[in-house]
Amino acid sequence: MATTSVALDAATEIFMPGSEDEAIAAFGDGTDVVVVGGGTIVVPEMTYRRLQPAKALMLGSAGLAGITRDGSRVTIGATTPVEELTATPAPLGPCAANIADLEIRSQATIGGNLCAGTGNEAPRGDLQGAFLALGATVRSAGNGGITDEPLEDFLPKRHERLLLDVSFDEPAAGAFAGLDRPHTHDYTALAVSGARSADGTIRLAATGAGSHGVRLPSAEGGDADAALQDVTPHDDALASAWYRTKVLPVLVRRVLAEMKESA
Amino acid sequence: MNLTVNGVTHEIESSLLAPLLDVLREELGITGPKAGCHQGGCGACTVLVDGEPRRSCLMPVAYADGGEITTVEGLGTVEDLSPIQQAFVHHYAAQCGFCTSGMMLAGQSYIAHGGSDDAESIQKALGGHVCRCTGYAKIVEAVAAAARGDSFDLTETAVGKYTTMTTGGAE
Repeated sequence: MATTSVALDAATEIFMPGSEDEAIAAFGDGTDVVVVGGGTIVVPEMTYRRLQPAKALMLGSAGLAGITRDGSRVTIGATTPVEELTATPAPLGPCAANIADLEIRSQATIGGNLCAGTGNEAPRGDLQGAFLALGATVRSAGNGGITDEPLEDFLPKRHERLLLDVSFDEPAAGAFAGLDRPHTHDYTALAVSGARSADGTIRLAATGAGSHGVRLPSAEGGDADAALQDVTPHDDALASAWYRTKVLPVLVRRVLAEMKESA
Repeated sequence: MNLTVNGVTHEIESSLLAPLLDVLREELGITGPKAGCHQGGCGACTVLVDGEPRRSCLMPVAYADGGEITTVEGLGTVEDLSPIQQAFVHHYAAQCGFCTSGMMLAGQSYIAHGGSDDAESIQKALGGHVCRCTGYAKIVEAVAAAARGDSFDLTETAVGKYTTMTTGGAE
């Protein structure tokens, strides 16, 4: 049982920038910096002594929140609360609504969700799948300055960079299917997101089928079982690899069917 | 930093990253918010931050700087219970009571945002709150009653329909 953490981070150097530029400067090359979005992951990690950052960069006042639209292009700032996405179209809206509960979604940020590491015996980063399906790009800062790259390329280095915002073109259709959770505090064991762009391209992606969200290109032609070629399902506290192997094609079929209906 | 808790403003000395829960309980001695799981799973620590329900164990205190915090101590007094407290008493919605302050604050916020007495909506609003004694039915009834604006005679409740206490012999 944790006791007070009032003095816990006495050794932690804390930065609370007031603008994007200040945040980028404080992040530097990211060495030893723990980024705090809403705090819903970092704060309990510190409480339970699993994390004792040398430097903490708190983004709450850095002005990185907000959703902007430019034609069909949507850009979502790093510290936008997950709750704000719940009213957006599939796959993003239903995927966001399937995360935690109202209180936590209102505090948790999309940047924190996208950059989350694997949890303790549970997958994190539900939004990774939805944004992968949307073909999103990520603007981030760190070594080599500011870059803009596909989320797929960003995910393997998400712990080394400061996510600033994520952008995508609104899809013509989208769908989300995830395993139900026994309680709102559970992570989703496995979920599939799909999106069809205006030119007819279909993208599918899964969360809970690897160490971070993965595209399912083999199933994008319509063969749901082929999705298994793109993943290496694992055992953890929420589900076995066997169960994930059985359920993934089912979720892919549901997503493909839902997108077909809205054709 | 400063926090206004139940109308009283306090200077805060804890670290910017200290959980709001620890600041309330250990720096300010306000123990209505309960330290249940300390990781966002149980909802016993929920308080209102500028009217919005938040898990105080997950919120770095710096993010509440300058804010108005309401804990269960700010809802009402023993002599003058708030409507949701009266509803919880009347419906026997507290069992061991550990989850109750978080439940009432989440319910209070639900009602303040125009929530109705619809059971499903109430379950959704309180979905993050776990009561290990499983007394959910009465909790949902209590929030529904407060949402409707029911009024209660609590002197009658004390020997009322849910208790085994008797006031006279059964003849």
